[in-house]
Parts: sequence; structure tokens; C-alpha cells
Amino acid sequence: MSDVVIRVENLCKEYRLGTISHGTLYRDIQSGWAKLRGTEDPNARIGAVNREQLNNTNDRFCALKDVSFDVRQGEIVGIIGRNGAGKSTLLKIISRVTAPTSGTIKIKGRVASLLEVGTGFHPELTGRENIFLNGAILGMHKGEIEQKFDEIVAFSEIDKFIDTPVKRYSSGMYVRLAFAVAAHLDPEILVVDEVLAVGDAQFQKKCMGKMGDVAKEGRTVVFVSHQMGSIAQLCKSAILLKEGRIIRKGLASDIIIQYINDMVGNSQGFKVALSGNKDIAIMKAEAINEDGNPVSLFTHTQPITIAITCRINKWIRGAEIRIFVRDSRRNVFTTDTEIVIDTNCKPEMVVAKAVIPGNFLRPEIYFLTLVTYIPNQLTIDLIQDALSIKIIDGGSKYAASEGVDYGCVFVDCAWTIEPASTNK
Amino acid sequence: MPDNDNTNWTMEIRSRSGWFDINLSELWRYRDLILLFVRRDFVAYYKQTILGPLWFLLQPLFTTVVFTIIFSRIAQIPTDGLPPFLFYMSGTVAWTYFASCMTQTSNTFITNAGIFGKVYFPRLVVPIAVVISNLIAFAIQFGLFLAFLCYFYLTGADIHPNGWLLLVPLLLVQMAALGLGMGILISSMTTKYRDLAFALGFGVQLWMYATPIVYPLSQIPAQWQWLFALNPMTAIIETFRYAFLGSGAIQLWMLGVSFAMTILILAVGIVLFSRVEKTFMDTI
Repeated sequence: MSDVVIRVENLCKEYRLGTISHGTLYRDIQSGWAKLRGTEDPNARIGAVNREQLNNTNDRFCALKDVSFDVRQGEIVGIIGRNGAGKSTLLKIISRVTAPTSGTIKIKGRVASLLEVGTGFHPELTGRENIFLNGAILGMHKGEIEQKFDEIVAFSEIDKFIDTPVKRYSSGMYVRLAFAVAAHLDPEILVVDEVLAVGDAQFQKKCMGKMGDVAKEGRTVVFVSHQMGSIAQLCKSAILLKEGRIIRKGLASDIIIQYINDMVGNSQGFKVALSGNKDIAIMKAEAINEDGNPVSLFTHTQPITIAITCRINKWIRGAEIRIFVRDSRRNVFTTDTEIVIDTNCKPEMVVAKAVIPGNFLRPEIYFLTLVTYIPNQLTIDLIQDALSIKIIDGGSKYAASEGVDYGCVFVDCAWTIEPASTNK
Repeated sequence: MPDNDNTNWTMEIRSRSGWFDINLSELWRYRDLILLFVRRDFVAYYKQTILGPLWFLLQPLFTTVVFTIIFSRIAQIPTDGLPPFLFYMSGTVAWTYFASCMTQTSNTFITNAGIFGKVYFPRLVVPIAVVISNLIAFAIQFGLFLAFLCYFYLTGADIHPNGWLLLVPLLLVQMAALGLGMGILISSMTTKYRDLAFALGFGVQLWMYATPIVYPLSQIPAQWQWLFALNPMTAIIETFRYAFLGSGAIQLWMLGVSFAMTILILAVGIVLFSRVEKTFMDTI
């Protein structure tokens, strides 16, 4: 067992919803004074006898419950789960950003975590200065950074602008520089959140390659992503989290299949429990068939209506709703519509509907990510993988040879075959 | 679970550890980061202002002029027979260093929540860097003070720099330690009690008037001097002034009390800070 480099034992993380303490010094003193005199705490909830009882009410939320696993040297482990399954909390605890409520993590070796690229970048500093600063924040010594400096600059492809303040960089350059620093960390253990979802396609490919190299050198990687494609490509083993517990751990390919099936199996649509407080909050989403019922299974000939219920708390000119439709590997297509401003401008619930025509998507499992946003400005609300739908073959000519990749969509290409004209 | 924990774990993450779980060796490992933060603060400061380092000179200069007019000319508070301008400037320069260390470290957690939420490094790195970068501003202001000191000395003012000057580096370290200690103490508590941040602004003002900056300690009746000695800044300012100007009412025991208070505040600050740093991300 000597090659275990991360051992997580009975890890729990609890968040208390609402206010943690009374929040102001005055009220804490008031409570303390009342306790001292033996009178009732003026700030306690009526009927609650003591703090313990107070705590037992359901204003607690367990992000992680009794999570235990081992990671061996040189393994690339993917952590998979829906929104709120506890993936990010787990990464935060491993990277020591926050402490667990109970349980331990034992680690052998130096850990570097990448929960974000470009942490601590200062816009006024030049690229060169930021490389040193960011490197040091991530735990590198000055000597190490000097040694790798040329490599980092070459990787980021911005050598011409290395002495320009980063506030003048394009966002692509910024991300490339940030990732370049991170990629040249030399830790024994690398913890990565979905940072690969940035940059242009070519650069992403380069990053994936770099992560693969890291593992080949015998280092360990813990990787969280929504992109099953990247997990499948990179990881040999995976851990499936659901509501804070480990559902299964094992071979990445098996886990991905279970995750996908799970999502389809219990996904009758997405509904937020909390009241949406974003300006345009996505409250509910459903895939509806021709009969008007919310389902998740369609044949490829059926049109699919996606109904998104939004609470519009603030009417914003130019805001749009977008649906990203992707399969387990990549985005297949995106579709969007502008929200036309209502004249009375009062907060309102609206239902946006989009119809994906029948005979379009190939039999596959698809995940729908929903966004409300202002183009090129900001994201208002984002629900990753809010819906999943499974399309089964309703009798196409390709059904017989299932499993062969025939592309993502059916297209009626209006074929014609005519005799070739002779006078050409 | 078969536990063969004879393997050498380099790190163990658990929930809250004891009160005295302070990892100073780790802080040393991150010394490069401290220096880079200092550099960043400094460079960023210059690039954003037009007058740049000139600000460091204008601020104590104006304060001194205002103090001289109000407290010396109008209120006619004596200055132990020293030139009022030098008297006020010595106090202001020293106090400014302490006060800026304290106020700038007091919001460590809140202003750095973005970085702290994404990556781990010993959190003490940030306040220590602040204290060091303030040293640069102090050096500039101190230079200004020395220039005026030379001018007054050469024009024959009644000032006597003396052997206590050897204590000045120690005083500087003490001010840094006290400012750091108070700052991190406050920053640890502001994660829970936000209202403290508001109190700080005028708290610093009040503290300044409780310290012999605009008046000499000799003006305080002897039976109240012990109370002033409890304020660690009293002895620091008086000694600082005595060393350069050669007049004042400093006694060694006061310096001792001040020193002990500083150590105490710094120790309590570090203990509280390292306790808060583990979980503050959940409460902020």
C-alpha cells in the first residue's frame, strides 16, 4: 500500500445555511450576557432549548458525507457528478482552501491545485512579473520559475508581449499565459478543476496533451470535469459522486456509462429548489414530447420541445436564452433566442420553448446546458447539464449497425443522381 | 481498515486542529511569495497614481504643517522645548507607519477572498507582505524627517540626537509587529463581525490622540502616566522622539511594558488568525 499518495478517510463537510453566527458583535455580546445571567437568550429561536437543538434543525447542508477513497501514485482520477454533488467541495478540501468538518485527508507529496487559472494575476504587472507572482502563489520557488521561464513563455505563445502589462492582453492571451504557468508546476500531485473549458480549441488540445504528459512522468492528477469526453480521454479511473456520497469508483469508462444512464434514468427535468435571485433565473426545464408530457426518452423521429421556465426579476435589453446541446464528447449544436422586453417590465415568470425537429439528432444521450446571458457581456444564470435526453433509434437504416459513429445529426441532403451530361 | 500508517505522509488535512497549530516553517518556504507581493503592491501603487512616490512625502508634510498650526500656534501645547515642526513630524512619521500597517492588514480576509478561495498558501504571507511594503513608504518619509532634522540641527536648534538611536531599528520592528498583530486580530474578527471594520476608522483616530503625538508625555500628570504606559505606542513614540531630538519623559519600564504588550498582541493575533484561516471561506 506504499504507493497510495492521497488517502481520504470519512470526510464530511457541512455548511450551515443562513447566518452562521448572529453576525454582529452587539448581538453576540447580548446573547453572552443573557447566558451569564441565566436568562433567556434574546436572539435564540423561540422554543429552542440550547444550541444543540438549534443546530439539529434542517438549516444544515452536507456537501460531503463520509467520503473515503485512495488515490495511487501516477493515477489520473476523474471526479464525476451532477451539479451540487460535492465535487468542488472535495477539491477545495484537498487543496486546503477550506477545512473539512470531520474526517482526514493524508497526502504524500507536494500538491498544486488549479481551481482557476490566473489566480492573483495583477492587471498592472507585465506578463513576466505575473509569471513570477502566479508561480509563487501556486507554490513554486523563484529559482524554479527562473529555470522554467523560457519554457513557460514558449508554451503560452506570447513571447512578444511578455513585457506588456497583462491588462492590455486579449482574454485568450491572458488565459494562455495563466495556463502556461500552471502547466509547468512540478508537483507530485495536481488537482484540477474544469479549467480546460477555456481558450481556443488548439490550445485546449495542447493543455490536454500536457496533462497527459504530467501523468506519464509518474505524477498523480485529480481532475473534475463535466466534459465526459475529457474524462474519458485522460482518466483511467473515476469516482462518481451523488449528493455528497461516493456512488461508485472504478474504471473511468464504466463510471461514465453509469453516470450517463443515471442522469437519463432519473432526469424528468430540472427544477431548482431555491428561489432564483438572479436577474433572469432559470427555474425549471423540461423536455416535452408530442403528447405534451415531460419525458427523457425519445425516438429519433420525434420532435423534442424544450420548455424553460425563467423568473425574470429584471428585464434586461438584449438578454438571450441559450441551449447548448452536447453528447458525451462535445457540443453538437447551440440555439438561442432573444428575450423581447415586456412593456410593463414587472417581474414575471415566462416559459421559453424551443423545438428540436424530429429526424435530426442521432440516437445518443444528450445533455442540455442552459444559460441566460447578455451576448459578449455577461452570464446571468448558468445551469450545467440541466437536462439529459436519450434518443433511441426509431427504425433508421443505421439501426442495424448500432455503435458505429455515423456523425451527430441526420441531414436530408437532397441527393440526386442523374446521368452525367456528355457535353462537358 | 488495515491501517499501515507507517508510510510518511507529508501532510494531513483534518478539521480544526489545536489552538497552536502554527506552521512557521511553511511560511519560510513561501518567502519568495512575500517578496513578490511586496513588489506587486509597490508597482501597482505607482502605476495608478500620477504623483507616485511624491504622495508619501506630501502626506506627512501636510499633516505636520496642520499639527504645527493647530496644536502649537493656536492651542499652544508645549513641545518639551523642541522645535514644534520636528516634534510633530517625528510623531507623525512613526505613527503613520504603525497605523497603515494596522489598517491595511485588518481587511486581509475580505480583500483577498478571491485568491484565498482558489489556492492555498499560508495566509500570513499577505499581512506580512503589507507590513514590509509599508516599510518602503516609511523609509521615504523617514528620509524626509532626517532632511528636516539635519536642517534644524545645522541652523542651531536645540536638539540632541543621542545613544538611544541604537534602539530605533528595534522600535521599527516593534511597530511592525504591533501593527501586524492588531491588524490580523481585527481581520480575524471581521470575518465574523463585519461592524468592526467600521469601528476601525475612528478607532485609529482615537488611538492617535491617546498616544503622545500632538502633545508630549511630560504633559500628563504623573499619577496617570501608568495608564499611558499601557498603550504600547506611547513608549515607542516617546523613545523614537527622544533618540532623535533628545528630550522627553521616557522611562525604561515603560519600554518594557510596551514590549510585553506587543508580544502579547502579536501572539494572540497569530493564534486567532491561524484558527480563522482554515474555515473563513465558508463564512465570508
